[in-house]
Amino acid sequence: MSDDFIREVEHVARLARLSLSSEEKELMADQLSAILETARKVREIDTVGIEPTAHVFSIPAFLREDVIYPSLPVEKVLQNAPKKMKSYFRVPSITVIEEE
Amino acid sequence: MDYEVVIGLEVHVELKTESKLFCSCPNCFVPEPNVNTCPVCLGFPGTLPRLNREAVKLALTASLALNCRIALRSWFDRKNYFYPDIPKGYQISQFYEPIGSRGSLTIEDDLGRPKVIRIGRVHMEEDAGKLIHSPTGDASLVDYNRAGVPLVEIVTEPDLRTPGDARRYLEKLKIILQYAGVSDCKMEEGSLRCDANISLRPSGSETLGSKTELKNMNSFKAVEKSLEHEIKRQRAILKSGKEVISQTLRWEEESQKTIVMRGKLQAHDYRCFADCDLAPIELTAEEVEEARAALPEMAEARAERFVHDYKLPDYDALMLTSSRGLADYFESCLEFYNNPKNVSNWIMGELSARLNSAGIEIESCSFGPEHMAELLRMIDENLISGKIAKDVLEKAFYSGKMPRRIVEEDGLLQISDQSELEGIIEKVIKENPDSVGNYRRGKTKAIGFLVGQVMKETRGKANPKLVNELLVKKIGFK
Repeated sequence: MSDDFIREVEHVARLARLSLSSEEKELMADQLSAILETARKVREIDTVGIEPTAHVFSIPAFLREDVIYPSLPVEKVLQNAPKKMKSYFRVPSITVIEEE
Repeated sequence: MDYEVVIGLEVHVELKTESKLFCSCPNCFVPEPNVNTCPVCLGFPGTLPRLNREAVKLALTASLALNCRIALRSWFDRKNYFYPDIPKGYQISQFYEPIGSRGSLTIEDDLGRPKVIRIGRVHMEEDAGKLIHSPTGDASLVDYNRAGVPLVEIVTEPDLRTPGDARRYLEKLKIILQYAGVSDCKMEEGSLRCDANISLRPSGSETLGSKTELKNMNSFKAVEKSLEHEIKRQRAILKSGKEVISQTLRWEEESQKTIVMRGKLQAHDYRCFADCDLAPIELTAEEVEEARAALPEMAEARAERFVHDYKLPDYDALMLTSSRGLADYFESCLEFYNNPKNVSNWIMGELSARLNSAGIEIESCSFGPEHMAELLRMIDENLISGKIAKDVLEKAFYSGKMPRRIVEEDGLLQISDQSELEGIIEKVIKENPDSVGNYRRGKTKAIGFLVGQVMKETRGKANPKLVNELLVKKIGFK
């Protein structure tokens, strides 16, 4: 696996806030490369004159009327939260503010 | 070397809908965290977004009000980033095909000349949640009430050249969006938020210098101030031969300084792609034309109409149309009382002063058009003087009582009964021989003082015109 590709994995991991061991990086690099290889294969198909498709159905968006329904009770909202404080979700801080 | 300043603004505006963009949770501010949330806006697995019809309508209206071209087919994309303010790991936004593009808005430049600011795009997106960072820096608290609130983002081309341009653009934008009924545009409440991109380049150069992004300005004044500060900072860097680093800066109101937030993510790091949970939005040309025809009258047209139809001076028309609420109030008053200039005077004078000192908007003012009409009619009918009317307005403003009731309850009816006034006038004449003498020697202005004394004696209740007549009759040359 090329160093370039490892760097690519590291970059994507940073964006996804994942910390990977060097074995994991190797593994991800292998898997990602296989996925990209498949994508490259798809690109070989001649798509000239074919409209890009993001959706299987060619129907326009269903529009919902602007009406309020009750929200989830806050106990249920927080039921699966690993950490909470009062009725806030509590998460690790990831802000870095440096003085200039 | 001299530098040219290049500024572009990104404005986020909350749309005035009842419910959120993709779920039926209420779109309103509440202090308790996470009470306006559901599996959709919390990004629970297996949930699907359902687009709000009204939000599309308001985004279309905003685009049309800003002279944009309308995409008859547009769609939503996922903007991917990992930060706890967004529960799904992506924000649903319109990246590739915004609903509105290539619009414009005309402002006045620093010298008062008209200047067209191009608007690159108007797109819909969902708002993020709110983070509170603990002072110790080990944890953040998340409130998703705001997550999924419908926004439009309005992005200018880099056409603004001075901090003043930026402020005037925002002021104009706010008026347009308020008139169009799209948003409240209250910056202090966060329903309008503004980020600014700013760079400097050598005068005459066509290429853009490296830019910084300013965030966290909570008033139009703060936008202007932070830009002024940033121009100075960048000019000093460039003059010393160094390069400006492309980064995001946060405006600190207390210290009036900018602070570095984070290295700016490159645009492609968001890895935007079409959201496969949402089908494209399709509009017909007829729907667009209907929305265009339904656009409400904008401030400039309304001001012209006020001058033409109500014979108001330009100044009055401009002031009254500076917000849609004020203009609506003015015209409502006229339904009950048809003296436009008189209404205008009282709105711009006494009522505006009250609103300012109480810090409330005309829309939530309990002194309504009926109150105003009744008050002015009582002055016309000589039931109260203008001075008393001001006191009545103040009382009605805070209590919401009708002016006539206040006048009756407080016994403020004007004294227009000659016999009742004559005794008081005799007394004032006796007590002020100097003024009387002055008047008789031809100093006609002295009468004003004597009228004032009578008004004082009657606690403002005397009819000043009648008092004047009676005084002249009593002390004037026979």
